[in-house]
Amino acid sequence: MTQTDRQTQTTAAALALGDDALVLSHRLGEWIGHAPVLEEEVALANIALDLLGQARVLLSLVGDEDELAYLREERSFRNLHLVEQPNGDFAHTIARQLCFSAYQHLLYERLAHADTVFTPLATKAVKEIAYHLDHARQWTLRLGDGTDESHTRMQNAVDALWRFTGEMFQPLPGLTIDWQDLRDSWTKTVTGVLGEATLTVPTGPQTGAWSAGAGRQGLHTEPFGRMLAEMQHLHRSHPGASW
Amino acid sequence: MSETPAQNRDTGADSTDWPLWEVFVRSRRGLSHTHAGSLHAPDAELALRNARDVYTRRGEGVSLWVVPSAAITASSPDEKDPFFEPAADKPYRHPTFYEIPEGVKHL
Repeated sequence: MTQTDRQTQTTAAALALGDDALVLSHRLGEWIGHAPVLEEEVALANIALDLLGQARVLLSLVGDEDELAYLREERSFRNLHLVEQPNGDFAHTIARQLCFSAYQHLLYERLAHADTVFTPLATKAVKEIAYHLDHARQWTLRLGDGTDESHTRMQNAVDALWRFTGEMFQPLPGLTIDWQDLRDSWTKTVTGVLGEATLTVPTGPQTGAWSAGAGRQGLHTEPFGRMLAEMQHLHRSHPGASW
Repeated sequence: MSETPAQNRDTGADSTDWPLWEVFVRSRRGLSHTHAGSLHAPDAELALRNARDVYTRRGEGVSLWVVPSAAITASSPDEKDPFFEPAADKPYRHPTFYEIPEGVKHL
């Protein structure tokens, strides 16, 4: 592999990881003004800001961060299907966060110990992500092992999102990671939390019928287009606006 | 936000269902915990996490305490005079008759 190939792969990996962080950040930001309580709104906004910070570093490795965030079409985004899923009820938001933060924590831990262009970011971000994971875990425990209503909602959320979890372990060529080991550790973490929360680990498939790495190839689920329209609207209507 | 079902907001727990907690922050080692404010949370563990997000986002602290507000017994404003006024005319209770040695901080 030539130096240029390697560079291209690294850039592609940075774009994928950056898009994960950017898109989930936007989804979490959608709770602002709508969260069940003020304290939780602050917590979700904090997580969103951490992710946005990570996205800025990663997208800057690829090109101009604003252009990448605001001027790309849907097909050019490389994020996972999981992170683009709508917030749904609070249980859906927490289930999505649990699945993603568990993955991101394991991945960034590995990136922090490898000597790559991602190492400085991963070393810093892994502490932020540990908190995101803890937040999601605390809520999963309380909702799962809470009232009948909260248990049902949390179980529904995990069941609904389960089919988006397989895509996370599609190898990203630019990263030297033992993906099977990552998957095993993820499964151990997540099934552990679900068990503790008295929830049933879904038995269904972890990928949809046609979704073999779809988000990573630029094919997205239907709600993503609407999310993007809202996210990009201001920048596209007023190019170069600043305040 | 059309994708967020309206039911979320209707059935979401009201923060008034949650107990109130008083938050104390130690800004650095060697200083005592200082009252920073209060917040709502369903239990102590989440109160600690909420406190982290609300009161220590700008690196204000190295340690946090949360205490149920209901566990605090406070003096009543009506009793202010009998409680505090007798101390006012006893200057010998104040350590004003000493020279503070140079180099002593936090006194």
